[in-house]
This record gives sequence, structure tokens and C-alpha cells, in this order.
Amino acid sequence: MNGAHDMGGAHGFGPVIQEDNEPNFHADWEERAFALTLASGGGRWNLDMSRFARENAPPADYLARSYYEMWTYGLEKLIIESGMVTRNELEAARQGERFAPVQSPTFGPDKVAPAMRAGGSARIDTEIAPRFGAGQQVRASVDAPPTHTRCPRYVRGRTGVIDRDHGVFIFPDSHAHGGEKTPQHVYAVRFEASELWGNANQGGAVYVDLWDDYLELA
Amino acid sequence: MRALESLLTEKGFVDPATLDALVQYHEEKIGPRNGAQVVAKAWTDPEYKAWLLSNEASAAIASVGFEGRQGEDMVVLENTDQVHNMVVCTLCSCYPWPVLGLPPVWYKSGPYRSRAVSEPRSVLGEFGTELADDVEVRVWDSTAELRYLVLPQRPAGTEDWTQDQLAEIVTRNSMIGTEIVAAP
Repeated sequence: MNGAHDMGGAHGFGPVIQEDNEPNFHADWEERAFALTLASGGGRWNLDMSRFARENAPPADYLARSYYEMWTYGLEKLIIESGMVTRNELEAARQGERFAPVQSPTFGPDKVAPAMRAGGSARIDTEIAPRFGAGQQVRASVDAPPTHTRCPRYVRGRTGVIDRDHGVFIFPDSHAHGGEKTPQHVYAVRFEASELWGNANQGGAVYVDLWDDYLELA
Repeated sequence: MRALESLLTEKGFVDPATLDALVQYHEEKIGPRNGAQVVAKAWTDPEYKAWLLSNEASAAIASVGFEGRQGEDMVVLENTDQVHNMVVCTLCSCYPWPVLGLPPVWYKSGPYRSRAVSEPRSVLGEFGTELADDVEVRVWDSTAELRYLVLPQRPAGTEDWTQDQLAEIVTRNSMIGTEIVAAP
């Protein structure tokens, strides 16, 4: 989707501001937002669904909210959409209402380190012929779906060269909407800066990881 | 936030002790000191460096103890006299957690996400990084589930340093590619 999250090449954001000795979290609530997001899913949604939940916010809200405010926004959407809670219950909780358990937690503290160390690769171990090979010239699709995609606006319709084939991965466009994995190859595609930014380019190149379905031979 | 947490814990979806354990894990077990060890090992062990730069980077990194969520499929990019790599996620905040920890606010912010791809030399300048005109800047946009770690150049004057000494001078930003590792 052409959301506010798709920031590559946008103007007007100003300089990059660094913070010395920056902590991981700037407030207790940020810690809880982070941990709740990691702990609550229990397989009810996937990473692509959670990305879509955030980027599908009204653009003005997306830009005005802080990072963990957006995580909270996304989490609230997901727990309601997945039927864990209702919007009324969320409102009632804000008024101090208490709730009876409907299940016992399945993700205990002893499972945290093993789960984090195991991770969950989006790579799929299957033989699928790649549509492209290193060195081939390709064009990124101009498709602008209103649904989730990881093909950023700034490369659409632009021509690049396949740098390398990363192998077969889950396709986020389908995975975010219904969970179909649609396995296909992902490539690092090299776009010359001049191809992307014209006379405003600062030289060099941008490498973007793109799936088979985003590409056509150029 | 408190209401959301109460609701999810009271209904039995979340164990509050799990939330504490998650925060503790990400505060204590991951961070740029991990990546610095990987870089220092690559600087002192040519065989390891070749493995790290191959398509088995995840295994090479796991061999020194770092693996897991948001680092499942790693790619390592070597900076040289000719090429300077830097990493961004223009669409969200993708970042190699096991080796660098959670990303700093600037990495997740509009200024970096919008400008790293279109004006990388200006962004590098804001980090105090000035590259010669003949150095090719390559910006890697983490749009998929590959996670990128930059292998910075080893500074001159460190030839007789140990791996542990070298790890001390490797900064987080040098492994994102917004800085170079300063000579001692």
C-alpha cells in the first residue's frame, strides 16, 4: 500500500538526530508495548499482518505517533481483528474494568530465551526455479496495491540489475492477507542512484530486496 | 498501555512474567557488543571472514553464539577502499537484532528512512563521515527478511591488536554503515 510508512526518497524530514548513550526504551510503557507485541500473537497473526496493521494507519496518525505508539496501535488492531478482545472490552479496560480468564497463558517466561534464539525464518526450503539470475536486467512492477507490499514506491517502474539470488521466501503480499505463503525467490536488485533520483542523485547505488512477483525482464 | 496489559493478562493471553523476561532478554542478551565480536573475529581470522562473507553468514555468526529472531537470514557486506555499504529499512525498522540489538530511534525515524536511499552522502555527513569522491556508496534497503551487517574496514595502526581489543573499538554505527571505525 502507498502508506506513510513508505518513506524512501521523501523530502522535508530534516536532519538525522542522534541521541548519545541512547537506552533501548525511553519509558516503562515502551518496554511493555514491545514485550506485549512479542508475547500476544500466539500464532494468531504473522509478521506481515502486524506490519500491515501499522502501515494501514491514517498517514497523519502514522507520522505523528512515536515508534512504540505505532506498535501499540497495531497490536490493538490485531487483538480485536483476531477476536481475542472486543473494542468495548478495550474501552472498559481503560475505565478500570477487570476481566475473567478465558485461557491460560501458553508462552511462559522459561520459553522466552529459546524462542528468541530459535527465531522464525521466512525462508522456505523448497525447490522452485528462479525467474531471474545474477546480472539480468529487470524492471520493478508499477503495481500499487492498496494491500500489503514490500516493493517500495521509489523503485516502481525503475530498471535495475539482479545482484544476487537470496533463495526462496514467503511472499509478504499474500502472507499479510490470509496467510498464503506463495513461496518464491527474493533477489537483491541493484538500482543506480541516477536511475532512481535523476539529477538529484549523489552517486552510487541502492540495493533493494525484491520478490519474483515484483519483477519483469527489462 | 497499562489497560492493554491488564486486559491481555487478565484474560489469560499473556503471562506478565513473560513480558519481564522479554524485556530482560533484549536488554541483556543482544546488542552491538555481539556484532563487534563478529567483526573483530573477521578482522583477525581470514578463514572466518571468508565464511562470514559467503552465503552462509547466518551460520558463521551463529558459530560465535549469536542467532535468532530478526537475524535468521544474515548477509554481511564488506566495506573496502572502493565500496562503502550502509543499511536502512525505508518501510519500517528491519535490523539485525542478534548482532546489533534493538535499533536506535534515528534508524527508525523519518529523516533516516527517507534520506538514506536518496541522499546517502548528506546523511553520512551528518554522522561526521566524509568519503572520498571515488568511493562507491551502496545503500541496502532491508525490504525482505534478509538482515544486513556491515563489516567495517579495520583501521590502520591496529595490526598488533588482539581480537578483544579490536572488538572494543567497533561501534554500532560502523556496523550499520553510517560511520567508519576510527583509527586509534
